[in-house]
Amino acid sequence: MSRPAHQRPAYHKINKDLFVLTYGALVAQLCKDYEKDEDVNQYLDKMGYGIGTRLVEDFLARSCVGRCHSYSEITDIIAQVAFKMYLGITPSVTCNNSSRNEFSLILDKNPLVEFVEELPAGRSSLCYCNLLCGIIRGALEMVHLAADVTFLQDRLKGDSVTEIGITFLKKREEKKYRRKK
Amino acid sequence: MADAVLFEFLHTEMVAELWAHDPDPGPGGQNMNLSVLESMGFRVGQALGERLAREMLAFREELDVLKFLCKDLWLAAFQKQMDSLRTNHQGTYVLQDNSFPLLLPMAAGLQYLEEVPKFLAFTCGLLRGALCTLGIESMVTASVAALPGCKFQVVIENS
Repeated sequence: MSRPAHQRPAYHKINKDLFVLTYGALVAQLCKDYEKDEDVNQYLDKMGYGIGTRLVEDFLARSCVGRCHSYSEITDIIAQVAFKMYLGITPSVTCNNSSRNEFSLILDKNPLVEFVEELPAGRSSLCYCNLLCGIIRGALEMVHLAADVTFLQDRLKGDSVTEIGITFLKKREEKKYRRKK
Repeated sequence: MADAVLFEFLHTEMVAELWAHDPDPGPGGQNMNLSVLESMGFRVGQALGERLAREMLAFREELDVLKFLCKDLWLAAFQKQMDSLRTNHQGTYVLQDNSFPLLLPMAAGLQYLEEVPKFLAFTCGLLRGALCTLGIESMVTASVAALPGCKFQVVIENS
């Protein structure tokens, strides 16, 4: 049986839809289970963390990125390689402070909210995409980088853009390798 | 362009978390968690069924719908087709996947057989939801003889 060529793009899109729709069903289920927005947000972050700790291995295997020498490089890789690879978008990166450990990812498009018109009634503090924050946090921790990752702005809440803030918490220690005699 | 792997990771995390709610639920509790996963799968299946079937012509008969699920839905969702489809021509279908992607990460063989229902509940709902969108009410269950192969049994409910 030959597959007509025009059907190929549809499969690709359906595959992405599967993730986006499943995520939506998950958020809906969590909203049923938890009354408070903060609880849902926290749960999404925790699940994202679990995913991130494993996703990073998949990412490193596929992308073969080299060693990074600065937080800025790492943030660029998250935006330009990781986001592109998994979500097909490339957020822009800005650095928010002079000590160069606070960054923002500005998401112009966000595939996760493709089917979401607005937040449910009474859920105005819901960070719908909080899974992403957890994923980034979990992935960074697996490469020995502690970071706070939160949504600074959210289009679903009426802001003009969706902005994820990453604050790297510790200075990277330079490892000294000592050979035992 | 979300990688298939994102869905697999999310699915695994969902199974783990919905279970962690109540680590030792007992038989009644277990069914509740399985049905939550199944109903989530149902919602997603309904939506997917709509999107996938838009370009398709009307199906002539029930078997065509099942074939569509085995080929097109499975291909779109899991990057492979179902390995076999059997029917008794009286409303019962058995869909067999010898290497189901959501079971692949678990060791092949019999070691994790008890855990398997959790990993299949969502997909059963997915099938039931897609069938529902295409106008067919059904009951879908799954069984595993040995990982990573599994069988989905679809029983059509006559109105």
